[in-house]
Amino acid sequence: MKNMLRIEELRVTVEGKEILKGVTLEVGAGEVHAVMGPNGSGKSTLAYVLAGREGYEVTGGRVLFLGQDLLAMEPEERAAAGLFLAMQYPVEIPGVSNMYFLRQAMNAVRKARGEPEIAAGAFMKMLREKARLVGIRDELLKRDVNTGFSGGEKKRNEILQLAMLEPKLAVLDETDSGLDIDALKAVAEAVNSLRGPDRAFLVITHYQRLLEHIEPDHVHVMVDGRIRRSGGKELALELERHGYEQFAAAAA
Amino acid sequence: MSSTIETLKEHTSGEYKYGFMTAVEEETTPPGLDEEVIRRISARKEEPEWLTEWRLAAYRRWRAMAEPDWQKVTYPPIDYQAISYFAAPKQKERPKSLDDIDPEIRRTYEKLGIPIREQEILAGVAVDYVFDSVSVATTFKNKLAELGIVFCSISEAVRDHPELVREYLGSVVPQGDNFFAALNSAVFTDGSFVYVPKGVRCPMELSTYFRINAAGTGQFERTLIIADEGSYVSYLEGCTAPMRDENQLHAAVVELIALDDAEIKYSTVQNWYPGDREGKGGIYNFVTKRGICRGRRSKISWTQVETGSAITWKYPSCILQGDDSVGEFYSVALTNNFQQADTGTKMIHIGKRTRSRIVAKGIAAGRSDSTYRGLVRILRGATGARNHTQCDSLLIGDRCGAHTVPYIEVRNRSAEVEHEATTSKISEDQLFYCRSRGFPEEDAVALIVNGFCREVMEELPMEFAVEARKLLGISLEGSVG
Repeated sequence: MKNMLRIEELRVTVEGKEILKGVTLEVGAGEVHAVMGPNGSGKSTLAYVLAGREGYEVTGGRVLFLGQDLLAMEPEERAAAGLFLAMQYPVEIPGVSNMYFLRQAMNAVRKARGEPEIAAGAFMKMLREKARLVGIRDELLKRDVNTGFSGGEKKRNEILQLAMLEPKLAVLDETDSGLDIDALKAVAEAVNSLRGPDRAFLVITHYQRLLEHIEPDHVHVMVDGRIRRSGGKELALELERHGYEQFAAAAA
Repeated sequence: MSSTIETLKEHTSGEYKYGFMTAVEEETTPPGLDEEVIRRISARKEEPEWLTEWRLAAYRRWRAMAEPDWQKVTYPPIDYQAISYFAAPKQKERPKSLDDIDPEIRRTYEKLGIPIREQEILAGVAVDYVFDSVSVATTFKNKLAELGIVFCSISEAVRDHPELVREYLGSVVPQGDNFFAALNSAVFTDGSFVYVPKGVRCPMELSTYFRINAAGTGQFERTLIIADEGSYVSYLEGCTAPMRDENQLHAAVVELIALDDAEIKYSTVQNWYPGDREGKGGIYNFVTKRGICRGRRSKISWTQVETGSAITWKYPSCILQGDDSVGEFYSVALTNNFQQADTGTKMIHIGKRTRSRIVAKGIAAGRSDSTYRGLVRILRGATGARNHTQCDSLLIGDRCGAHTVPYIEVRNRSAEVEHEATTSKISEDQLFYCRSRGFPEEDAVALIVNGFCREVMEELPMEFAVEARKLLGISLEGSVG
């Protein structure tokens, strides 16, 4: 199996406080990994560090993405290399239409890879197809990016971006939070349809709920900045029954 | 946050790509201004006596006036005797056809991306090219003439349509209106003239491209646009200048007159040299632009995208005299490095049920300062007048300033006046979001800024909206194009 992401002993500090205390994780091509854990365990920090957000100081360890030193890359370089983060709190960009944003983003990534821009016709065809897949109405494509979107619409929009940008590794940060069951199912279905031998997913979630719909190959439990246990999908069910208490006790 | 500001600083230091100068032999008057210089300019342009006298009257008023000091900009005193008031490329006479234009000047406009020719890129746009103090070419003249539309340099208009010029020159911006308008009235050298006859809808955009080339000169152009009853015209001006260490003065006057049911749309993409990153050099842009909706149901709409000049001082205004007339002002003012902009509008409601709309977007980066200054005045007779004003400021970094100074004077109880204002910063979250989708940082900034300005950009004619969008990007970025 081809190794895609390799996180080794990653230590990260935010405003002087150590949040990740030596995380080690490997994700192979085609795999779906779930990272579960209680609030404040460092799950979202891991997601942001992978995507290159500022304000996170890496104090130890390294991350290899397709053999490249991920932490040395700018966020846009990571996007061009094939990393995508579906955010927990998608940001509004007033005055920029969703459609325009998507097309420009695709072209920015293509440009960075030395590929030609996508033709208008091909873009529209792909957009219509993917929007249907994710359950996004045409009207939302014309509206400003995330502006005035409901919580569920914002999350669907993130998955639409994922579908359009076709990354090699998609990190989903609490994509299930704030979703009703229908939206959750729609998002999960879309993600499942995007699964493939060349694409990996890192699904970060607090609840087991999402994993009923997106079946992971591996589940990792993160508590207090470390991965305490890894296992198969049955680990998620165990967590659902017993909670994170046992790990919290071990960490203390 | 601080590291974002650092990188923003790198990206907001855009280089000015129009800063070259053209090696063309120029004829300039020696520096200094007195009645003799004015007589010489007037004689050089073979003007009728009434105009010479008009200039001299303006000059006498100007001498008695003081430079305004209420604006929120600072600059060292301007020595008006050190400026040369007339510069023109040496040419025996005005070229008879576009083919006769000096190849150097032709190349200048090609480099600026607006080749002098009546085809391809500029199909559908007629252009008047003003190089330093004189108009060097006007395209599509014959085609426009078939419809009775006059589009020519103001010098030609003085010669060929003296009755129109005499009637309307100074009718909207009187000679003694303000210090810079008075100076312009005394020394204006060229500019554009448009007359659209009754009921004619001008089928193409009319455009003037102003270029300052000569050193040590000022540019004082004068534009006069008259839209007769029921007519329509859309006009655009663009401007650039070479990069120089000294400051150059640009003091233009634009007058618009809309008669019954006429509409004038006036768009500006202003990109005079803004000075370097340390604030050295750049154009001082002191401009008076005013339109009068003289007729009933007439409309004047100003759209401006201001990215250039070291100092911008301009308030394109509308006098809404005719009942049911409409005034609009859409503005984007972007300042970077040490630029200062004090800009806005005046809407003077005189007629009944007159309406005005103001949308002003100010973007400040670097150590620049951007002020919106606007006046909405509803006079006693303006029953049912309405105004809506929206002022939004966007700050980039933490060393720039944005200010909003609205003046509202209402003398009629039935009037409705609304004013909304916001100030925001480009957020770290927005930048990260865009970058994580693949946008390089400078493109992300340009994207967010363009979104912020969209309402105004949509008012620009299509061809120029694309240019203006790019220009905003360039003014903010370290890269060109």
